[in-house]
Formats: sequence, C-alpha cells, structure tokens
Amino acid sequence: MIINHPLLGPRDSSEFVYLGDASLMNRPQWKGEEADLVKTEETIKQYHDYLYLRNNPAGEHQELWYHEQGDRSWLVVTRNTTTHNISQVQMAKDVALKTLREK
Amino acid sequence: MRYSALKVIKESLTGHKGWKPVWRSPEPKKHYDIIIVGGGGHGLATAHYLSSQYGIHNIAVLEKGWIGGGNVGRNTTIIRSNYQLPENQPFYEYSMQLWEEQEKDLNYNTMVSQRGILNLFHSDPQRDAYVRRGNAMLMSGADAQLLDQNGVRELYPFLDFKNARFPIKGGLLQPRAGTVRHDAVAWGYARGADSRGVDIIQNCEVTGFQIKDGVCTGVKTTKGEIKANKVAVCVAGSSSKVMSMAGMNLPIESHVLQAFVSEGLKPFIPGVLTFGAGHFYVSQSDKGGLVFGGDLDGYNTYAQRGNLPVVEDVCEGGMAIMPAIGRAKLLRKWGGVMDMSMDGSPFIDRTSTKGLYFNGGWCYGGFKATPASGMCYAHLLATDEAHPKAKDFKLNRFLSGKMIDEKGMGAQPNLH
Ligand SMILES: Cc1cc2nc3c(=O)[nH]c(=O)nc-3n(C[C@H](O)[C@H](O)[C@H](O)COP(=O)(O)OP(=O)(O)OC[C@H]3O[C@@H](n4cnc5c(N)ncnc54)[C@H](O)[C@@H]3O)c2cc1C
Repeated sequence: MIINHPLLGPRDSSEFVYLGDASLMNRPQWKGEEADLVKTEETIKQYHDYLYLRNNPAGEHQELWYHEQGDRSWLVVTRNTTTHNISQVQMAKDVALKTLREK
Repeated sequence: MRYSALKVIKESLTGHKGWKPVWRSPEPKKHYDIIIVGGGGHGLATAHYLSSQYGIHNIAVLEKGWIGGGNVGRNTTIIRSNYQLPENQPFYEYSMQLWEEQEKDLNYNTMVSQRGILNLFHSDPQRDAYVRRGNAMLMSGADAQLLDQNGVRELYPFLDFKNARFPIKGGLLQPRAGTVRHDAVAWGYARGADSRGVDIIQNCEVTGFQIKDGVCTGVKTTKGEIKANKVAVCVAGSSSKVMSMAGMNLPIESHVLQAFVSEGLKPFIPGVLTFGAGHFYVSQSDKGGLVFGGDLDGYNTYAQRGNLPVVEDVCEGGMAIMPAIGRAKLLRKWGGVMDMSMDGSPFIDRTSTKGLYFNGGWCYGGFKATPASGMCYAHLLATDEAHPKAKDFKLNRFLSGKMIDEKGMGAQPNLH
C-alpha cells in the first residue's frame, strides 16, 4: 500500500506504524469527582468504550498511521478495509485542530 | 454411512461409485431451537457437540458461503496447548485432549498428527521465559520438555545454530502438539452434526437479527426469515460486521494473516518449528510442501489477501533459521481475516440481548481451539451456564479488569 503523505508525497506503508481507529484521538475528558460515584462510573464506562471497543467497519475506515521511518508525523488515513483503497490522507494535527475549533 | 477399511477396499474394487455426500442440503425450516450463524470449524463443532453431548437436534448452521471456506480452511493447521495463564491454558489442554479422541468420536480421518512443536530460543532470558511457560504447561496437565542445543540438533540437524544475530540455543518441545488436516475437521464435524439431524444450510447469509424488547427471536437471511429460541453467532473474522447488526460494538479488530506453501520437497521437517526471534513457523505437509506463516499485516482489513512486505518478512525469518530452504519455490499464498481481540484472547459468552450468544475473538490461534470451543459453546447454549474451562472468556472482562493478556501488550490487537 502507498500512503500519499501530505508533506512528503507517496511513501510505502511499511515505513509506517499502524495504531488503529482514528477515534483514539478523541479521548474522553476526565470529569468525574471522587464524591460523585454515578458520574465516575459513567466516566469509567466512557473510558472503557474509548479504549476497548471499535467500530471495525467493512468499508471506509479512518485510522492513525505514524511515520516512524520518516518525519515522525501522525497521519489520519481514510482507507477502505475491503479494497485497501486510500481516499484521503491528512496530518493528524490538522484534524485535531479542526475538531477543537468546531467544539 | 460408517467408514471402515472394508468399505475402502470394496469401493476401490468397484470404481469408487458408492461414496455419497456426507451431509444433506436441506431448505431452512421456519423454526429451530438453536441457530448457529457461521459454518466454520467452531460453528460446526458446536452443532456436533450440541447434538451428540447435549441431546439437542433441532439446530441449523447457517453459512454464507460454503462450509470450510473461511479460516478453518485457511489456517496453517497447528494445534498445541502451550499457553501459560490459568484462564487459557486449561482450556487449550482440554482442546488437545478432544483432538486426541476426535477421529474415533467422528469416525472420520481428520489426520490428527501429533508430531510435536518446537519453539526455538535464542538467548538466556528467552530460555528462562520458556522454562516458566513449560512449568505452566506441566501444571495444567500438558506435556513439555526443554531441549538444549544438542537436543534440537538431534531433531533438526540442518538449522543455522551459529547464526550471528540469533544463534539457536535450544527449544521448548511439546511432543503432543502437531497438525490436523483442517478441511477434514469442518467436514467431519458437519457429517457428525448432520447425521443427528442438524440442518447445514450453505449459501445462506445472515443479514440481520429479529430483536424486540431486548430479546432475539430469530434471524433475517438471504433465504428468508428464520425463527429460533437461541441464536449463536460464530463468524470469526466477520464478528464485528455481524454483531453490529445487533447494535453491538466489540473489543475486536479484523486483521489479515497470510499463509504460504512451497513446492513439494522430500520429507525433512519432522514436526512443527517456530522461530523465537522473528515471525516464522513451519511444518511439512504429507504432500511435501512446506506450510508456513508469520505475522499479521497489521492494519484493519476484511480483504482476504495481504501485501508483499509481510511475504518478505516471513521469508527472511525462515532464512534466518533454515537457510536450506533458500532455493525452494513459493507455490501458493493466501490470507484469512482474523478476529483480533483487545487482549489476544477469545470470547464465549451471552450478550446483553436475551437469546443472542457470541463466540469469537480467536485471533490467529482458533484452529487448535476448535473442539473445545465447540464443546464449551454447546455447554453454554444448552445449559445457559459457562463451561468451567471457558468461564473467563467473558465479553465484559475489559470493564471488570480481568483481561487475559498473555503477551502483556495492552489494547493493541495487531501486537497480540
Ligand atoms: C493464514 C491463517 C493461519 C492460521 N493458522 C492457525 C494455526 O496454525 N493454528 C491455529 O490454532 N489457528 C490458526 N489460525 C486461526 C484459525 O484458523 C481461526 O481462529 C479459526 O478457524 C476461526 O474459527 P472458525 O473455524 O469457526 O472460522 P471460519 O472458518 O472463518 O468460520 C466463520 C464462518 O462464518 C461465516 N459467516 C460470516 N458472516 C456470516 C453471515 N453474515 N452469515 C452466515 N455466515 C457467515 C463465514 O463465511 C465463515 O465460513 C489461522 C488463520 C489464518 C487465516
């Protein structure tokens, strides 16, 4: 697979390390207070879902790739898991900033 | 029809005209006690044990393609019980014992070959880790022997013992481990289940569940709606896809694992051999081909094919321990989609939907588990209690903190 790096152009995917679903960027905020047990349990559940559950779709998948043997940037790659076809590659930083701005 | 030597002789003298299909191709009924979704090794074994051990016969196995077309027919056929945690090792040893009696139980030649597996070690700390593993195996009732370099030399004189980077210092041997002819396992269980009235329905994809008020009452399929008291999902690499139709997100990612076969060679690898410092394991089939594999490709995929970097990695692993195979030609390669779980261990459990059960998360090690998985799933379906050997394979273990993470890798499925 060739990943079209936004800064470096087309690079072989074997230069990258794969982390997984890009939703890993959206870590839940730790809001629970010790005293507020219900809230804490809710937060634990949120963390559990964030850390352990995946959509794992057959089709378009947004995922995190780390350019370890390159410029060490994190990328968000949109790839089809049934064809391996890559439709979009963005810098993870840009995606994160965009999400922040939209909040 | 029972198989016997006499029958084989009779057939060979009369032109093999008397062999018949060993399972029927029925149309689905309107209602079953239990519907098993997925006609892989685990689904068929579950049907077999439900009908033979638990007296339930009104069962359908629904398979979207043909039985044996999934991972049960794609794996490198290795069976072993050399795990080391109290939650998993007794289960795999139980599976090994079921393999040992399988051919008799099924009256079917599944070619169970206990040729031994040897895990090589290349350093002193790795030897210590293998000693520990060997002890855990012995404590579960399995067999294990630590071999020094000379011991390995006796079995495999042609290995590259003096490799500069990864010298071979010895190995952990499980003599009762080995290989089994994988598609025969699917056919044998199918035949066993069919003979007791189980309907095996091929080309019947489950496209949805009938769920009302938290109760599952049946499935929607490409052959229409079918009702059931219990629906048991068992679809390996398709687990997330299928369970999402019941509104569930699983602690699973789908990854591809590739397998390779060389041209036929004269017998020279007596058992199963694994490299301890890289990704390579190999055995030799009865036809002479070297059957080998390595690591996952490492990214989410549902395509049953992998990419070339892994081919190179696996072949390099092979060359590092046995340069003798350097001239052998690679004949075939293929891939299968693995249900990689967050701790590398499986699930055999109920779900929050009443009447809906789940078996999956077998990663790249589910073939060896086939008999025990079938037995434990059958037990759960028949009694609604977890089988004692599989009681820790729970879906909620990440919430309760009782992960079964043998490798200690954390929630990173492609590293398990
Ligand atoms: C290359 C490779 C090498 C491996 N090597 C080993 C090994 O050496 N040792 C070992 O122990 N394990 C090994 N494994 C793992 C092992 O093969 C699997 O863990 C195991 O086979 C999975 O269980 P199964 O047999 O039930 O799966 P499968 O045979 O995949 O069965 C699942 C079935 O469900 C069907 N299905 C999916 N969706 C639907 C639907 N919607 N409706 C109806 N049916 C559906 C599929 O068509 C499939 O037939 C390997 C796997 C691969 C790919």
